[in-house]
Amino acid sequence: MSAIAIIFMIISMLTIWGGLVVALINLSRHPEKTDDDVIEPAHTL
Amino acid sequence: MSSPSSTQGAPLAPEKRETFSSRKLFILSAVGSAVGLGNIWRFPYVAYENGGGAFLIPYLVAILCAGIPLLFLDYAVGHRYRGSAPLAYRRLNRKAEVLGWWQVLICFIIAIYYAAIIAWAAMYCWFSITKAWDKNPDGAGAFFQSDFLKVAPEAGVGFDFVGSIFVPMILVWLVTIVIMVAGVNKGISRANAVFMPLLIVMFAILVIQSVFLPGAIDGLNAFFTPDFEALKNPTVWAAAFGHIFFSLSVAFGIMVTYSSYMKRKSDLTGSGYVVAFANSGFELLAGIGVFAALGFMAHNAGQSVDEVATSGIGLAFIAFPTIVSQAPLGAVIGVLFFGSLVFAGLTSLISILEVIVAAFQDKLGWRRTPATLIVSIPVAVISLLLFPTTTGLYLLDTMDAFVNQFGILACALVIVIVLGSGLGALPKLAKHLNRHSSIKLGTGWKVLVGGVGPAALGYMLINELQTKMSEQYSGYPAWFNGIFGWGMAGALIIGAVLLSLIPWSKNSKLDDPEFHQHQKNVIAEEVPEKAGKEY
Repeated sequence: MSAIAIIFMIISMLTIWGGLVVALINLSRHPEKTDDDVIEPAHTL
Repeated sequence: MSSPSSTQGAPLAPEKRETFSSRKLFILSAVGSAVGLGNIWRFPYVAYENGGGAFLIPYLVAILCAGIPLLFLDYAVGHRYRGSAPLAYRRLNRKAEVLGWWQVLICFIIAIYYAAIIAWAAMYCWFSITKAWDKNPDGAGAFFQSDFLKVAPEAGVGFDFVGSIFVPMILVWLVTIVIMVAGVNKGISRANAVFMPLLIVMFAILVIQSVFLPGAIDGLNAFFTPDFEALKNPTVWAAAFGHIFFSLSVAFGIMVTYSSYMKRKSDLTGSGYVVAFANSGFELLAGIGVFAALGFMAHNAGQSVDEVATSGIGLAFIAFPTIVSQAPLGAVIGVLFFGSLVFAGLTSLISILEVIVAAFQDKLGWRRTPATLIVSIPVAVISLLLFPTTTGLYLLDTMDAFVNQFGILACALVIVIVLGSGLGALPKLAKHLNRHSSIKLGTGWKVLVGGVGPAALGYMLINELQTKMSEQYSGYPAWFNGIFGWGMAGALIIGAVLLSLIPWSKNSKLDDPEFHQHQKNVIAEEVPEKAGKEY
């Protein structure tokens, strides 16, 4: 493999797979919230 | 198709609208939908043809400027209006319902031929073990056309059925219908939770095996060597935007439908970035695996990679069988490759069918099982009548080409224009996306969806119109392309208008009390929350 091909392979892996890792880290830092009613349903009022 | 008036005595829906039980399951299902056949057999060649390593630049620009913004648009519509495509668009604006039905009909066309390709791939899993194509002295191409598909000499529509395709197609439909009947949590989520990890593991083993084949390095060299001159060519940029657009499953109605099953306080943008990059991450893996294998094929034949590089059906059903026959442990390569196609295809077919099932479930107000059966069985029967035949390949080729360009692409263009300029819905949708999301959207998103989106989609559509009008697609007869290409694409629009004219009965989900509660909560949350309260 030529040097330029290796460089582009590494850049592709870092940006795309790295992007996935960053997106996953961002998501894990924001845990799921539970849905609670802001307005109570009519029948419970 | 049943009208709402036919719901008298039908099992009505007392059940609550299903939601994905966790964010992880939504993401797995959305990735399952986005990762399809195109990631495996289309991306590697598109990247190779359009600048090799340098393609990364237009590709990333296309993801960030068009793919992800349009994905968020789908999420916003589905999640804010909590309905299948027609219902969500109708709740956004009464006149927009037709857009949802257009997407439903596009999904119908894709579903009927997608099942055929999955069935071929399933058969080729078996052929990888028996090396059935070795029996044809003219090679894997002749085996595929003559022995397997028994393709008729001329394009047309016939009912000469081919048993070896008909039977696996029935099985594909049975598996799909069983998953669909089980619903969002017990069916779609579970199927994706099993198939997706399996797909990733199988494909990863395939890639590892491929890169150690003799000549693999030459394939990777060809794939990653950048051609910077290509970046000056507008068609390369159009190819990147086009590929991302189809790869991410935006504007099919799939993401509208899936996001309608997300909980109200979901992190829409944070999840969207994971889905988009997971889809691209898989494509990159596919590029490495496919070009390593093509490098081996070129090495064995004493040819250059350029001479063997191909995409689509030619790559999967002609090039790969050749590789399977020649490579050490070829049967393993074959089972992993065609098995990956089956799983990637099934998870996408499920999502495509869900667009149709959810639409009718909402409009009829029926419970999951009867609504699924009344939709899936006719779709399966039409698919089984048209595609396991000696003329199925012609029909598949024309329908695929025209539904992609004059169905999905045209529909996406109309949606971004209508939502962006016509209805001015983007500020409201941006506000909705920002309510609980980790990555906030600003003016940039509205500019990308309302400005860059229509420009890029319009350019691609005009290009395609010129190409398709200048010559007969694939050299098929004019009447054939006229009916199953242009006619089919036009019929989708007419059908969508007709379906949107059918009134919503009182049993339908239009006035669902659950939605009114959702709406109240959404509006109540529009009051800005105090800083620091969120997290």
